[in-house]
Amino acid sequence: MSSENVIEVKNVWKSFKTVQAVKGIDLKIPKGQFVGLLGPNGAGKTTLVEMIEGIQKPDKGEITILGKTWKGNEDELHNIIGLSLQETRFIDKLRVSETLKLFAGFFNLGEKRVNEIINIIGLDEKKKSFVVNLSGGQRQRLAIGIALINNPAILLLDEPTTGLDPNARREIWEILRSLKEKSETSMILTTHYMEEAENLCDYIIIMDKGVILKEGTLEQLLEDVPYRVEHRYKTLDDLFVSLTGRKIDE
Amino acid sequence: MNRLFRFNQLWQLTSALFREIIREPGVLFWGILFPILMSLGLGLAFTKKADTVRKIAVINEQPEQNSSSDTTALPYFLNTRCEKNLTAEKGDWRWKHVIKDEKLGNSVFLFYPLKWDDAMKLLKRGTINVLLINRANTVEYHFDPMNPDAELTYLKLSNLIGIGELLPVKSNSEIKPLTVTGTRYIDFLVPGLITMGVMMSCMWGISYGIIEKRSKKLLRRLVATPMKKSHFLIALITVRITMNFIESLVLLLFALITFKISIQGDLSALILMFLAGNIAFAGIAVFVSSHTSNTEVGNGLINFVVFPMMILSGIFFSYQNFPDWSLHVISNLPLTIMTDGMRSIFNEGAGYNEVARPVMILLATGALFFSAGLKIFKWH
Repeated sequence: MSSENVIEVKNVWKSFKTVQAVKGIDLKIPKGQFVGLLGPNGAGKTTLVEMIEGIQKPDKGEITILGKTWKGNEDELHNIIGLSLQETRFIDKLRVSETLKLFAGFFNLGEKRVNEIINIIGLDEKKKSFVVNLSGGQRQRLAIGIALINNPAILLLDEPTTGLDPNARREIWEILRSLKEKSETSMILTTHYMEEAENLCDYIIIMDKGVILKEGTLEQLLEDVPYRVEHRYKTLDDLFVSLTGRKIDE
Repeated sequence: MNRLFRFNQLWQLTSALFREIIREPGVLFWGILFPILMSLGLGLAFTKKADTVRKIAVINEQPEQNSSSDTTALPYFLNTRCEKNLTAEKGDWRWKHVIKDEKLGNSVFLFYPLKWDDAMKLLKRGTINVLLINRANTVEYHFDPMNPDAELTYLKLSNLIGIGELLPVKSNSEIKPLTVTGTRYIDFLVPGLITMGVMMSCMWGISYGIIEKRSKKLLRRLVATPMKKSHFLIALITVRITMNFIESLVLLLFALITFKISIQGDLSALILMFLAGNIAFAGIAVFVSSHTSNTEVGNGLINFVVFPMMILSGIFFSYQNFPDWSLHVISNLPLTIMTDGMRSIFNEGAGYNEVARPVMILLATGALFFSAGLKIFKWH
């Protein structure tokens, strides 16, 4: 393993019954890099992230995190990974601070870290509110706060802004941008919002039907759009159309 | 970090799950008030005898005679021994006979003159359960022999009217109602209510709780941390047993004060029995909820476990009335074992020796189902 790469995925395959979800993917994620996995529903993004999380086992291939596989290293790897799943619901009748305290307890962290996180996710005024009374955006901020509680070396965010209104989405982006400035955390973010990948990620991987279609920085990818666009900038949408013949949200 | 026991994790999980329960307003009603109301309702219904009202259809197939001159049994009984409702309209009772009895409670018989078709309609609706047909020199009783209430009405009526001649009312001076503590219905009922509460609370609290958390992806989120999986289940079970203890204690105190029930056996054996029952049902609950993340499937699975036991295990009435061939199975159901054990301590003065076997069976049941459940447990 290269000492710079925190995650290495080598020729990974995964199928569910008759569906081949991931077909021989390779990728390397260096320390401190924010990587966007971009693709439509069914592209295999969530399956790939679940394999990196250790929830799913690859049928073939190998995944290493800081040079270690999941087998026999669960405890150690759980301590360095932060995670936000699609549509997780926490305990309704716990307050924001109590929910964070519960998760902090799993990492032997205390009140101090809970207060830091409340500050980071901007829920100071809501720290005594029950989770059930939070808005969708506030709940998602709480989910990201929980993912950050252990100050993770690797952050995995699965569709963190799906279903949120534009304001709530921008608030999440602000939290993640601030994290990028202040820490060396590496992040994998799955999304089907082009704008999100363009705004947050250093490196973008475009997936469809279980394979990587294209990867690179935003500039590199946009250079590869094979046709000219009149009166506006090229976007990742243009690239996706040129690669697949359809829009990402079709 | 890789220690077998992580106190801080267990403490955080236990306090979070405890808060989740006590902050739900329904818990106070369904967990504490409802069992009390049930024991109060059933206790009063079965300890203080109220008037029992029995409605009977009378079909006269004899030509109408002057009522006072009709000496056949039924018209004679109705005209001479019953109070007559002279202003009766359609649907009102025409004759009423009351047997006053301080020991057994008053029995009130209301007689309705009806045609066969109308009587059958009321029978189908359950308004009446016995039809009397007056024929020459005889009275016919029509009722469903499988209906115990109808059979009791028949026995009481035939004692009054006979089948052709009028019988004298028997004295009940030899009847000695049993009101000694331990022999009353409430003494039978309270241990059953406690054990049923434990079963329901474990099955819905633990099983449904796990299934719901799985469906909300909370279990998956929890196991993506260094949380020990066993600690989550231990916390869930600890919280549930604590709640069961509080709920049962409140019900017990209520029954002790209101109905003067007593615990005739060993109190520590009772606590042991209670714990063993909790462990058995907690194990079953983990097993039932080990796989599905669909709350509707979970509903069905939980009902599949609790309904047969609720009906068969003799919570409200003795299971000895079921057919002989089924008694062996029924007596070995976890709820029956726990209920029989609790009743033996409450009412028969049982101690450790008597409950050692059921306690061991319940503990083994809990351990067996818990370990089987863990083997197939799906965290995501």
